[in-house]
Amino acid sequence: MSDVQDYNSSLSDAAQSRKYETFSYLPPLSAESARAQIQYIVDKGWNPGIEHTEPENAISNYWYMWKLPMFGETDVDAIMAEIEACHKAHPKNHVRLLGFDNFAQSAGTAMVVHRGVSV
Amino acid sequence: MAKKYDAGVKEYRETYWMPEYTPADTDILACFKITPQEGVPREEVAAAVAAESSTGTWTTVWTDLLTDLDYYKGRAYAIEDVPGDDTCFYAFVAYPIDLFEEGSVVNVLTSLVGNVFGFKALRALRLEDIRFPVAYVMTCNGPPQGIQVERDILNKYGRPLLGCTIKPKLGLSAKNYGRACYEGLRGGLDFTKDDENVNSQPFMRWRHRFDFVMEAIHKAEAETGERKGHYLNVTAPTSDEMMKRAEYAKEIGAPIIMHDYLTGGLSANTQLAQWCQDNGMLLHIHRAMHAVLDRNPHHGIHFRVLTKVLRLSGGDHLHSGTVVGKLEGDRDATLGWIDIMRDSYVKEDRSRGIFFDQDWGSMPGVIPVASGGIHVWHMPALVSIFGDDSCLQFGGGTLGHPWGNAAGAAANRVAVEACVEARNMGVELEKEGKDILTKAAAHSPELKIAMETWKEIKFEFDTVDKIDVAHK
Repeated sequence: MSDVQDYNSSLSDAAQSRKYETFSYLPPLSAESARAQIQYIVDKGWNPGIEHTEPENAISNYWYMWKLPMFGETDVDAIMAEIEACHKAHPKNHVRLLGFDNFAQSAGTAMVVHRGVSV
Repeated sequence: MAKKYDAGVKEYRETYWMPEYTPADTDILACFKITPQEGVPREEVAAAVAAESSTGTWTTVWTDLLTDLDYYKGRAYAIEDVPGDDTCFYAFVAYPIDLFEEGSVVNVLTSLVGNVFGFKALRALRLEDIRFPVAYVMTCNGPPQGIQVERDILNKYGRPLLGCTIKPKLGLSAKNYGRACYEGLRGGLDFTKDDENVNSQPFMRWRHRFDFVMEAIHKAEAETGERKGHYLNVTAPTSDEMMKRAEYAKEIGAPIIMHDYLTGGLSANTQLAQWCQDNGMLLHIHRAMHAVLDRNPHHGIHFRVLTKVLRLSGGDHLHSGTVVGKLEGDRDATLGWIDIMRDSYVKEDRSRGIFFDQDWGSMPGVIPVASGGIHVWHMPALVSIFGDDSCLQFGGGTLGHPWGNAAGAAANRVAVEACVEARNMGVELEKEGKDILTKAAAHSPELKIAMETWKEIKFEFDTVDKIDVAHK
């Protein structure tokens, strides 16, 4: 059994165990990979939107909207700047980026760009 | 002018072969692949198929004259060679929409694949495709929730869903079974699944299974912060019993249940799908018995027809084959029927075996489920073939991980997310798959050991049922 590795996940260790949205099983998105994913959202023709929440309330569908979805925004720098502004205003919160697909009437993708302090 | 009654046997083609007929937008159209007995002309056989699948019988009867048979009859309107196979030909038949009860795929199939399949003038007969007019589509209830609603219920966007069928198929106690589910779900799966032959056997009655599995779901949700589900199989000996199990699944808060639509039957399936829509429940559909119907290239019902039938009868997930795993499935044909599951309009495309344009109107789509003999090394190809709106299910490829289900689940989750991340950055998955997985494994010991465990496994048998293309 010595070569079998334990799977480290528990109710009590939130920082290790809680997962949120796509890419939550990968290392945190670097600024560079976040930019690439924003470019993907823009290229798909989706509307970027930013939401945030206290980690303990993350199970809710409705995180707090940061302003409004950025309809028609295609400038990756502008979108990055809004993500950073949201993070700066709410440093303890999870901040996620969505791409709203208005034809599917659903998010095309969602990812947490900044992980808050889990409890 | 009124006709006179003339008893006796007439050739079918006098009445049912109408090459000048232009199908109406409201007609149900069918393409049959016919292998006739020797010496019978094509037009006669095609007309016989049209007759026997609609209004005709072997002899003229006086009651034919009490109705407008020329309106109600099926019409064989075209014949084509089958590329590469001189033993058979395609016949196209148009049926007026009035021949069929609204919202009843049961009724449509009873006509189109009824007595005619045993007809002596045919050596073999295969229903290749059906065009359901949108007027008929809109009378059917369809998928209970649809793809977008499922994503909203589960809060999962931008990647394929991940599942795992619990093994061994048979023989686990309910508590041990729940353990296997819990381990998979806490490791990062979205769903675990009852195997199709798990119903309510003496070793594990359905109610115990439902209770233990729900505890597994609740614990895994609390632990990971993600929403989870398990396809609770409600397939049962009677539809009353099926509904009883479905009601209990709802009572304990299960988000999704499961049914086998062919062995369970289409009436039961349609009933269950309607109930799921009324009760906010997702419905996963398994397809046991399909290969009996669809695998022989000359006889039976093509899976693309069974796919259309399921979308109309109702289901949110349907097994589609994997292309790359252990079960039969030609790549182009599979791409054809996954379009049929998901898209709102599918154009005729003979290279994918699609014979008709199909307009689905506002009917929601079905998520294709790739399951059977797949593991992490297949992930780049699976993400490339199936895209985001799919459910990738690794049974042995999760449970067979040397460190157990949770590690196996995490390996698959890391792999799928790494593939999606790379795809979004413009990387070609099937070309760069090995690099993508190797890089991801640097951060995931679970993925690394999974890649070492399954490196050599391949399933490279030729497919039996291929798209018809010229070989000469």
